[in-house]
Amino acid sequence: MFQYYLDLALRSLRRNKALTALMVFAVALGIGASMTTLTVFHVLSGDPIPGSSGTLFYPQLDPQDKDGYEPGKEPPAQVTWIDGMNLLKAHRGTRQALMTGGAVPVQPAQSGLDPFFSDARYTTADFFAMFKAPFLYGHGWNAADDDAKARVVVITRELNDKLFGGKDSTGQTLRIKDTGFRVMGVLDSWRPNPHFYDLNMGGYRALEDVFLPLTTFRDLKLDRNGSMDCWGRGGGDDEHLETATCVWLQFWVQLDSATQVAAYKDYLTHYSQEQQSLGRFQRPPNVKLRSLMEWLDFNKVVPSDVRLQVYLAFGFLLVCLVNTVGLMLAKFMRRAGELGVRRALGASRRAVFAQLLVESGVIGLAGGIGGLGLALLGLWAVRHQPSDYAKLAQLDPAMLFTTFALAVGASLLAGLLPAWRACQVTPALQLKSN
Amino acid sequence: MEILPILATLRRHKVTAALLILQIALTCAIVCNAVFLISQRLQRMDMPSGIAEHELLHLELADIGHAADEKARTAEDLAALRQVPGVTGVASVNQVPFGNSSWNSGIKLDPQQKTSTLNMTTYYGENAAQVLGLQLVAGRLLQADDYMDFDDVVKAAQAGDTKRLPSVLVITQGLAEHLWPKQSALGKQIYLGSDTPLRVVGVVKTLIRPSVWDDSMAQYTGLLPVRIYNSNYLIRTAPGDRDRVLQAAIAALKKTDPHRVVINKHLMSDMRRDFFREDRAMAVLLGGVCVALLVVTALGIVGLGSFWVAQRRRQIGVRRALGATRGNILHYFQTENFLLATLGIVLGMALAYGINLFLMHHYELPRLPAIYLPIGAVALWLIGQAAVLGPALRAAAVPPVVATRSV
Repeated sequence: MFQYYLDLALRSLRRNKALTALMVFAVALGIGASMTTLTVFHVLSGDPIPGSSGTLFYPQLDPQDKDGYEPGKEPPAQVTWIDGMNLLKAHRGTRQALMTGGAVPVQPAQSGLDPFFSDARYTTADFFAMFKAPFLYGHGWNAADDDAKARVVVITRELNDKLFGGKDSTGQTLRIKDTGFRVMGVLDSWRPNPHFYDLNMGGYRALEDVFLPLTTFRDLKLDRNGSMDCWGRGGGDDEHLETATCVWLQFWVQLDSATQVAAYKDYLTHYSQEQQSLGRFQRPPNVKLRSLMEWLDFNKVVPSDVRLQVYLAFGFLLVCLVNTVGLMLAKFMRRAGELGVRRALGASRRAVFAQLLVESGVIGLAGGIGGLGLALLGLWAVRHQPSDYAKLAQLDPAMLFTTFALAVGASLLAGLLPAWRACQVTPALQLKSN
Repeated sequence: MEILPILATLRRHKVTAALLILQIALTCAIVCNAVFLISQRLQRMDMPSGIAEHELLHLELADIGHAADEKARTAEDLAALRQVPGVTGVASVNQVPFGNSSWNSGIKLDPQQKTSTLNMTTYYGENAAQVLGLQLVAGRLLQADDYMDFDDVVKAAQAGDTKRLPSVLVITQGLAEHLWPKQSALGKQIYLGSDTPLRVVGVVKTLIRPSVWDDSMAQYTGLLPVRIYNSNYLIRTAPGDRDRVLQAAIAALKKTDPHRVVINKHLMSDMRRDFFREDRAMAVLLGGVCVALLVVTALGIVGLGSFWVAQRRRQIGVRRALGATRGNILHYFQTENFLLATLGIVLGMALAYGINLFLMHHYELPRLPAIYLPIGAVALWLIGQAAVLGPALRAAAVPPVVATRSV
């Protein structure tokens, strides 16, 4: 039966080639636009470390002075060196890491390569295990290296390819700012999206190429990047960052259970009270402990333009579907005579309805295939856009399936009304007229 | 034109007519808002910077090792840059317009204030205003004896010694008018933080912040008399010399101290273009969607029109046989389209307003100006008429003899 309906549908569609093309084209355009924007949105609002993000938390404290104090205001987005180090050394979480970003001059040993600047992350030992960073060779450094301000470094696969021709470079020396560093490990390809652990330099920037201990960064006075907020007499001076009244570091903690989370929040409050009684903090305790996804949400990481594009594309899809419904309806109604004959010959209303639905399904399928092509083209265009998330716009299997479901679903939905109206036709009336 | 028979016919195609009206309404609503968004983006891209964009170069270097005496080296760098043929001005600065990296400070009008009045960006660097090509509108620019060294200022600030801090600044007209509406800003005091009073000695017309996160604050800019030494240079030259001067300047700086890497080298006009690249991309995208929407709607009208004409061939033939002219038939379909388009436009305007309210709420967008509605209406009427012309002409060509034929 289905095959017969399919045959009827194809015949009918072939009869009005221009109109069929128009309907398929409209569905394809709408689906293509929606899928392109939805895929970008899906990629940008994704989970950077699936499976582990629920156990990662971003504690915030309020160490500022009374100047500008308003109760209930959001505490600073980063921590001071003193608080960061205190929280780190307290070891209240399963793992914890303190960090900031920067840039380091890399001096290749090969004569053919000029020195160049690489983005760097200055952090502490737990960073790699806590964020599930995959290693190609070697491993990260340990807490003893942090304490010793060790000249050790972890580099990305890309930098390893560039400097060491992709070979296992652990144990080799890498010169940074006229200082020799021992390569401890090489990361495998890894690009957490968004760049969740530090959103200051752009939410979707690529991974830093060089990782080295935070203590070493201060010991060598390497260059720092990112945002720094100061109050009182802090700021302006890179010599005394350890004591400055400035927040400039990110602190992350891994907490594996709800009780651990609650206990950590209590700990943050107690810590603030203790600092207040010591006279370091002047404001009443104001702490926040957001999970990774809550932190991304709070910072509105997904660009508002991307959201706007999704709305726009779905508005466009709606117009395309209304267009197709109108055309299909006109077409089905014009065939009222033919349908009247089928009904008079004994076809039930349901059979006619099914036949017309098959016809609209064919349009949906063709539109879906066209839409998929347009979505691939659209994503290719997005990848050539000048934004830092451009490279991420790739269609994954989940979105591929969604595209097809959306296309067929939408056009079946669009076929419902015309098919239903057309099968309401009274056979006698149609046979009589003309 | 007789409207009643048209309405009577449309009543027999209620659902199809309603769908066409809905499509026109949605198109109208989306296109009005999209065009408005495009105009907002274009306006943003036109944001005045106040600087000589086509004469400026930005050059920034970073040390490979530790620099010995940055102050002495900056003096050497500046001297070397001035020697480059074609260079008309050089300044060592802390930040550059469109550079995205900015130094900002909360300011107060009264040191007793609990919270800052607003957040101002602060440009440092001797001669920065002259090299940038700022236009002075009141008072004076900063002078050589106003300036202090950055390191000394930091030390004085940490020691709480306000005497050795800068005491004057130059601000933009936009900031002056915001802080003291309808008054002269000259001689007025502002406070950086709570304890650094600064007297306004000059007002420049415009100077954009290096990074603009809120367009209404783009001109909250001050220039402070602080000399800074971190290998961040602005170079002024003739527009035609820029590429040559940039290469020569890099060579000159590498000669002064080769143990450095160039981390930024740009023409200011390129920096401006990059600064607004996302706005430009969005405007192009919105424009593309508008065109696609109008094309789909126009094709929809053509398709539906063709159907109706084909369906009514006999009626048309009867009308022609009874004496209707070709013009009558043509006008019939044109009027029908005009009626449907009008209904769609009325509905579309209400919808456009609704979408605008939503965007105002979520994207801090201004209200849709009323002028968009008549322009949108005329545009859709024209498109509707253009789209229906083909089918209507085909209808007018139906010969009266069709009436006498049985199907």
